[in-house]
Amino acid sequence: MIRYIIRRLLWAVVLFIAVTVVTYIIFFIIPADPARAVAGRNPTPAMIQNARHYLGIDKPVYIQYLRFLKRLVVEQNLGRSFMNRESVNSEVGKAAPVTASLVFGGAVAWMLIALPIGILSALRPRSLLDRASMTFVLIGISAHPIWIGLIFIYFFSYKWGLTPISGYCDFINPSPGADCGGPVQWAYHMILPWMTFAILFAALYVRMIRANVIEAMNEDYVRTARAKGAHESRVIRVHVLRNALLPVVTMLGMDIGLALGGAIFTETVYGLPGLGRTAVQSLNALDLPTVEGIVVFSTLAIITFNLVVDLLYAWIDPRIRLA
Amino acid sequence: MSLLEVRDLKTHFRTDDGIVKAVDGVSFSVEKGQTLGIVGESGCGKSVTCLTIMGLNPKATTTSSGEVLFNGNEILHAPASKLREIRGNEIAMIFQDPMTSLNPVYTIGKQLEEAILLHRDVSKKEARARSLELLKAVGIPRAERRVDDYPHQFSGGMRQRVMIAMALVNDPDLLIADEPTTALDVTTQAQILDLMTRLQQDFGSAIMMITHDLGVIAEIADDVVVMYAAEIVEQGSAETIFKRPHHPYTWGLLGSLPRLDADVERLVQIKGQPPSLLNPPRGCRFHPRCPYVFTRCKQEEPELLPVSNDGDHLQRCFLDEETKDREAQKLLAGMMAEAG
Repeated sequence: MIRYIIRRLLWAVVLFIAVTVVTYIIFFIIPADPARAVAGRNPTPAMIQNARHYLGIDKPVYIQYLRFLKRLVVEQNLGRSFMNRESVNSEVGKAAPVTASLVFGGAVAWMLIALPIGILSALRPRSLLDRASMTFVLIGISAHPIWIGLIFIYFFSYKWGLTPISGYCDFINPSPGADCGGPVQWAYHMILPWMTFAILFAALYVRMIRANVIEAMNEDYVRTARAKGAHESRVIRVHVLRNALLPVVTMLGMDIGLALGGAIFTETVYGLPGLGRTAVQSLNALDLPTVEGIVVFSTLAIITFNLVVDLLYAWIDPRIRLA
Repeated sequence: MSLLEVRDLKTHFRTDDGIVKAVDGVSFSVEKGQTLGIVGESGCGKSVTCLTIMGLNPKATTTSSGEVLFNGNEILHAPASKLREIRGNEIAMIFQDPMTSLNPVYTIGKQLEEAILLHRDVSKKEARARSLELLKAVGIPRAERRVDDYPHQFSGGMRQRVMIAMALVNDPDLLIADEPTTALDVTTQAQILDLMTRLQQDFGSAIMMITHDLGVIAEIADDVVVMYAAEIVEQGSAETIFKRPHHPYTWGLLGSLPRLDADVERLVQIKGQPPSLLNPPRGCRFHPRCPYVFTRCKQEEPELLPVSNDGDHLQRCFLDEETKDREAQKLLAGMMAEAG
């Protein structure tokens, strides 16, 4: 077990280096110069040179990368933004809770939708409910989150005035200058983003849960359970669902890890200052340190969640032994 | 009164292609403590017959008619709650594939205990003790330790032993065994059959043994039902079926028995495939494959009738008895000769 975790962590380091290197390389392939943005209007070559030195991009790529790595490992410091010289740590620290709110709340929402619909439509294949849920799946998978977001805003916020149009409120202490805060305001602002974010995943999960349950219903051990004289509800609860939902745990962990890197579309349409929107803005501004900071954060999130999923899986599925 | 009496049982499945008559008018009975063997090729309706008795066919697409009397009580159309009381308690079933018949996420102890707790009002501790007792009875080595293992930690033969233990845990009157040895290797097959005969003596359960292997029948059956294309084609005591078989299909099955003691170059096989039950052949259902076929076989369906001097021996063939006796003796003599 311990050896397994150590091996996984070593792999995580390799993965981490690969991802950050690639991000650096991509930045230097882009034919644009962040120094021009910093050096002011109509800069002289000397001013640009100065700006380069100031930003630390006058050195070769590998030196820059090693400096980034050293800073990160020794000081846990992601550096300063090219744009506004703010600490990237605090930028990511501000954006991550927003994305986390969206992703975890959204995950709860999509599981609340997908579990009952998926299971019920599997138990009654070809029923009205099944057909309706398959239509929902088709729409959920095809509709773009931005479109869904705009439709939601139009009806729920603009026409009926039920929810705010956009913006974010902190869960606990509102940051200075913010005009709202607290759990109620937080949830009130997050309802539409949660729904928008949840629809695609709910659709995917309904389909997956339905397929898993239908498959498990045809397993021989389910027939054995019936032959033992178990009530149908017990057969489904104890024998079908336990097996059918095992793979869902894996998917859930991986999807949450992935989404923590930023739910770009949902954040954009609702003006949520999360990681996705910050990443897009930083990319436009060629703000390498901030982009790299977000990459580091989301890589860590994915690695952590995958590891958690694997450990959890070994615990809930007796057939898997980690070695 | 017979323990189990099946009268004119019909099970039809609705499919997209039409109605599949998987069991089409089958009657037989199982006596207390006796063993009935049901033999036939794959897809002849043997398994569906058992599943119908157990009430385990998919409800939405199945219609069953006829009568199934268990201890004199009609159970074919009994309410679900009544059936649940009987299943796993008075009638238990073991299945063909032990690799997939146990739930992979629970320990075998848990699964045996479930079978007990569903029917007996006992504490978990007592259920566990009973499970252990049964695991020892079916010959699981170091049962005290293995009771907390998961199915994947057992071999196929051991898993089938666990299935048998689970079936016997409530001391059922009838054990339905649907090809319990088919998925096992030959030595394990023999062990499982030995185990079943021994346990039958200890527990006094009647056994309904479904198989395509006449060798298995010879080993344990008192009475035999030969099924072909959803119908019974021959029925009688095991001795009759092996000494005086009267249906060409039974001859085919006997001729295709592999023999270790005879020097036969190739196994005799019954030509062709069993017919589709969506649209079985007119006349005798076996006629397209029968080497003795004549005109009448293609036009009329023969009835299941008693042999003239043996009322318990039923068969469904138009050949005259003289020919049948002669052919049967030829076949048996041939088998004896091969055996040397």
